[in-house]
Amino acid sequence: MLSYILKRLLLTLPTLSLVSLAVFLLIRLIPGDPALVLLGEGADAAALAGVRADLGLDHPLPVQFVSWLQHALRGDLGRSIVSGEPVAGLILQRFGLTAAVVLVAVTAATVIAASAGLIAAWRRNSAIDLAVVGAATVVLAIPSFWLGMVLLLLFGLKLGWLPFVGYIPFSESAMQAMLFLVMPVMTLTITESGVLTRMMRSSSIDVLQLDYVTHARAKGLSERVVLTRHVFPNAFAPTLTLVGLTLGHLLGGIAVIETVFTLPGLGRLMVDSVLARDYPVVQGCLLFTAVVYVVVNLLVDLCYPLFDPRVTAR
Amino acid sequence: MIAALATPLLRFAGVRIEAAGRARAGSAPLLDDLSFDVAPGEFVAVVGESGSGKTLAARSILNLLPDGVRRVAGRIELEGRDLTQLSGPDMRKIRGAQIGMVFQEPMVSLNPAMTIGRQLAEGLQLHRQLSRGEIRRHSLAMLERVRMNDPVRCLSAFPHEFSGGMRQRIMLAAVLLLKPKLLIADEPTTALDTLSQREVLELMVELAHDEGAAVLLITHDLGLVARYTERAIVLEKGRLMESGTTRQILTDPRNPYTQRLVASLRGGITAGTAVPASEPIVVQVRNACIEYPGRPGLWRAGTPTQVVHGVDLDVRSGEIVAIVGASGSGKTTLGRAILDLKPLAAGSIRFDGIELARMTPAQRKQFRRSAQLVFQDPYSSLNPRLRVRDIVAATLRHADIDAAERAARVDAVLDEVGLASFGDRFPHQMSGGQRQRVAIARAVVCRPRLVVADEPVSALDMTIQQQVLALFRELQGQYGFACLFITHDLALVRQIAARVVVMSGGVVVEEGPVPSVFNDPRHKYTRELLAATPALEAAALVS
Repeated sequence: MLSYILKRLLLTLPTLSLVSLAVFLLIRLIPGDPALVLLGEGADAAALAGVRADLGLDHPLPVQFVSWLQHALRGDLGRSIVSGEPVAGLILQRFGLTAAVVLVAVTAATVIAASAGLIAAWRRNSAIDLAVVGAATVVLAIPSFWLGMVLLLLFGLKLGWLPFVGYIPFSESAMQAMLFLVMPVMTLTITESGVLTRMMRSSSIDVLQLDYVTHARAKGLSERVVLTRHVFPNAFAPTLTLVGLTLGHLLGGIAVIETVFTLPGLGRLMVDSVLARDYPVVQGCLLFTAVVYVVVNLLVDLCYPLFDPRVTAR
Repeated sequence: MIAALATPLLRFAGVRIEAAGRARAGSAPLLDDLSFDVAPGEFVAVVGESGSGKTLAARSILNLLPDGVRRVAGRIELEGRDLTQLSGPDMRKIRGAQIGMVFQEPMVSLNPAMTIGRQLAEGLQLHRQLSRGEIRRHSLAMLERVRMNDPVRCLSAFPHEFSGGMRQRIMLAAVLLLKPKLLIADEPTTALDTLSQREVLELMVELAHDEGAAVLLITHDLGLVARYTERAIVLEKGRLMESGTTRQILTDPRNPYTQRLVASLRGGITAGTAVPASEPIVVQVRNACIEYPGRPGLWRAGTPTQVVHGVDLDVRSGEIVAIVGASGSGKTTLGRAILDLKPLAAGSIRFDGIELARMTPAQRKQFRRSAQLVFQDPYSSLNPRLRVRDIVAATLRHADIDAAERAARVDAVLDEVGLASFGDRFPHQMSGGQRQRVAIARAVVCRPRLVVADEPVSALDMTIQQQVLALFRELQGQYGFACLFITHDLALVRQIAARVVVMSGGVVVEEGPVPSVFNDPRHKYTRELLAATPALEAAALVS
């Protein structure tokens, strides 16, 4: 097991190196001179040269890359051109909020999907199955921003149960912060549960037809035990992979939902910095997102043997 | 006689099973009016081909019919108690504890995500409230009885760590651990090779005898029926054809269907004739070694595993040579290498005198047309999106003939395999036997010099097997192609081949004309294989 973990960890190194190179080059490919953006049109040549030297832009690209990577490895992603704050701090602060929303929502969606999918498969072609499949399909077809706005209208404006503009940080009032997060979490839970439910249902159907399930029944086990002990662990593995992919993708920022609910999350930070041409922040966000993606998928892969012992053997 | 007077252990009385839901008027039931008894400790076979309803009969006992299938009439009694009237919880007390069930596919009948120990313990915890220590003691004792090498390690191992035969023994252990009065074995060894099959069945018989359990053996294989059961019930398309003692059914079948079944066991086809040494050699294999690449590690390439070690083989024009061996003996790999679908690690293979590895592109094109393959599984070897006509015509795509002649050739060959009116069908609209006929038509349509047939009838029912085999022989006689017939079933070899090559562990252990190898096997492995093939014994009994 330990060697499996080590091997997986080692395998992430080439991925991460490639990603950092790509991120670095992508930013350099953008036309325009950051110094010019910083100082504005009409700045004199001496000032521009000074800023370029400050930013290290007067060195050759490989030197710039190595120096950038060295700093990045030490957690120094530079400073924001707009606010002058350190990029790393900015990202971490915004990421906390995004991570809270995403983790809660994906966990909830997984629990809902795993149980609904399992039950739908167990009672295949019944009214329950039809309802689950129907709901999952509808949810799949709804865009998250639309759902978000409907929720805002309903719970925020009409019923007035939940606050709907702005955000209060956890540090100020945990209770208030949670109230602000109810609707974003709900939106994300609903939109993400659709795919996961369909996945869980189809893999459960496959597993339910296998002999070992009939064997479990032929031993005299109750349906509850058959489902929880024999069907669930085997049917859940493909869904888990999908959860990992979803999680990695969402943790990189849920810009649409953050925009609808005016939350200061990672997605909005990225969008805002792109619009403001705040290159150090964009670069930092991209790198951070990639790292999160790799790490989350690594964690999911490490969880896999819990559900499928054949994985470690290979 | 005493058994007949006493209450039977199991009694089927007028059981009728139908497809539920919109049962169309006039549609035949899946199982119709089935009645039979099983006495305590008796070994009874339920024999039938696919679609006979034998598996449904077995599953209906424990009320484990698949979705969409219902028992609509009849009683199923266990020691006089009607199982069909039981509530869910009462039925669960019978399942496992009174009646155990062993399934066909050892690869999917154990839960891959649970250790063997937990799967064994499950039944004991449920039906007998034993302490952990007692459960462990019982499990270990049982694993020892099914001759697992290291029972302690076995408890904490997962199913994927064992071979098919071992899994089936573990399955037996799990079921017999609860000391059921009746053991239902549904094709328990169909997926195993000849030697493991024998091992598992002997073990099942021994343990069932020790425990005094009755056995209901569901099978399509009359050979197994002959060797292991006392009485047999023959089903066809849901109807009881004949029942009686096994001996009577095999030696004196009354019902026409049973007679056909027994005839297929005897084998209607005579053995292949030897070809004179003057015939040219089509395939010449010399010192062939074949490897599979090893799993590469992080830094190094994998160590290759050699599966065929230095095989020599000649196949002459018009000759049928059978290659027999257990799974993993390298027989399929060798067949693929002869078709140039797998490279050699060492040695040489010549086709009509030209070495495969040194062919010019033109020669290779010619070779691809002259050497054809028939696969085992008629369900996955035909492209489901093509019509039969197009599947067969695809082989002729590169032949230098015009469209009209191509169509004529396809029609002619379809007529020869008895599928003249099937040209416009898709594979899914045909039965397994019909599909295998298509596969054969596809192979012979371009008049090949060589056909490699890899277990071409193993997936088919016995009577269909005979039909397809007869067709194959007929076409071979007509076209005179050389044939490499790869199989694990010795009973088939005797019916089709003139010469047999026995492989084990990647080497040829014995080779010779069929009659001399069968009557006077030299190698120990060949003798074991012959002894483990019950169909041969049964055929001798019925002849």
